[in-house]
Amino acid sequence: MLGPFDYFFWFLSAFFQALMVWCAFKGRGLQRYLPLNLCMLATSVLTVGRFVVFFKYGLLSVEYIYFYYYTEAVLTVCLYFALMNLYSQVFQELDLHKWVRAGAILLLGLTAALSYQVVASSPNKMTTRFVVEIGQNMNFVGLVLTYLLWGAILKLRETRTRLIQLILALGVYFSVFAANYALRSLFPQLGLVWQYLPPIMALWLPAAWGYTFLKVPEEARLAPARVAAPNR
Amino acid sequence: MIPALILVISVAALLQFFVSYCRSLVASCSDVDLSSEARELTGIQHRSAHAEEFPRLMLLVGLCPERDDDRFEVRAIRGYYRLLSLLRAVLRRFVPSVADWAESERNACAYFAAVALDRRIAYNRDLMAQQISNSL
Repeated sequence: MLGPFDYFFWFLSAFFQALMVWCAFKGRGLQRYLPLNLCMLATSVLTVGRFVVFFKYGLLSVEYIYFYYYTEAVLTVCLYFALMNLYSQVFQELDLHKWVRAGAILLLGLTAALSYQVVASSPNKMTTRFVVEIGQNMNFVGLVLTYLLWGAILKLRETRTRLIQLILALGVYFSVFAANYALRSLFPQLGLVWQYLPPIMALWLPAAWGYTFLKVPEEARLAPARVAAPNR
Repeated sequence: MIPALILVISVAALLQFFVSYCRSLVASCSDVDLSSEARELTGIQHRSAHAEEFPRLMLLVGLCPERDDDRFEVRAIRGYYRLLSLLRAVLRRFVPSVADWAESERNACAYFAAVALDRRIAYNRDLMAQQISNSL
């Protein structure tokens, strides 16, 4: 049974995601960061779609569960392509576009194969389990890739403030979700906490990206050494 | 075992990303000079503030009418300041270098709050001027 909290965050997240695309349009970042915007738009549309399915069939229906997990996997893959767009932006001047694209597809294939392997070796060989497994793995792969990209930014001394903030916000998002999946596996009895954390954290990415597009102009520059957290 | 490993890596990465993100917000204000009005109000003379001033400055920021475009960064920095205060309190005895770093970051947060206050005062002044010109 859903309460007012769930409905509130459901609609708020759809609104924030759509608002982020508007912010990108207003901040002239729609075309340059097209995969990011398409990903956020798809998230917004699918969030509304989930509500329609929920309203028609109910929260515990097979239709809703299938729709939820399949769209979750699709959205994680979308986010992965958004991350690849950020990679392309960083490596633009080094002319490594083709390599980044090939590497991304290879990694996506490997993650899918690994997830399939995990499901195939378990007694419960369901496609829904495969979808859940790939979603979890993609979150962790996304986190590792974002961390590598942040390392590349520091190494290449990338100074575009907008790009830096977009990547750092994505890193926060992937870290929280990867930690959430891990905590859910470690402490399944605390289901109530893991149920409420994702909807709140889902607001982070559209809010942070929207803020960056609206407030930070494309021309703004920042030395990455000034923002890197020191290792002590 | 694997979920525990993922948890440790994720939390470490989360701290790194969040700290860097907040530092990118603070860095955008560190080169900004305060207006004479804000200097007088806050008592800050140079481009540095004392960490203990942060709660008072945030209180003043809260008293000014909100600007739509700074709400997100003010909230993020408030969270960052709390995280730094916690870090400083926990690690002061065991890792003094981290506590020192946290203190310098808290100072930067306080200066950020002073800049946010300055911007809100300017916004408030513009709003007042607009109202007066409309009523005339």
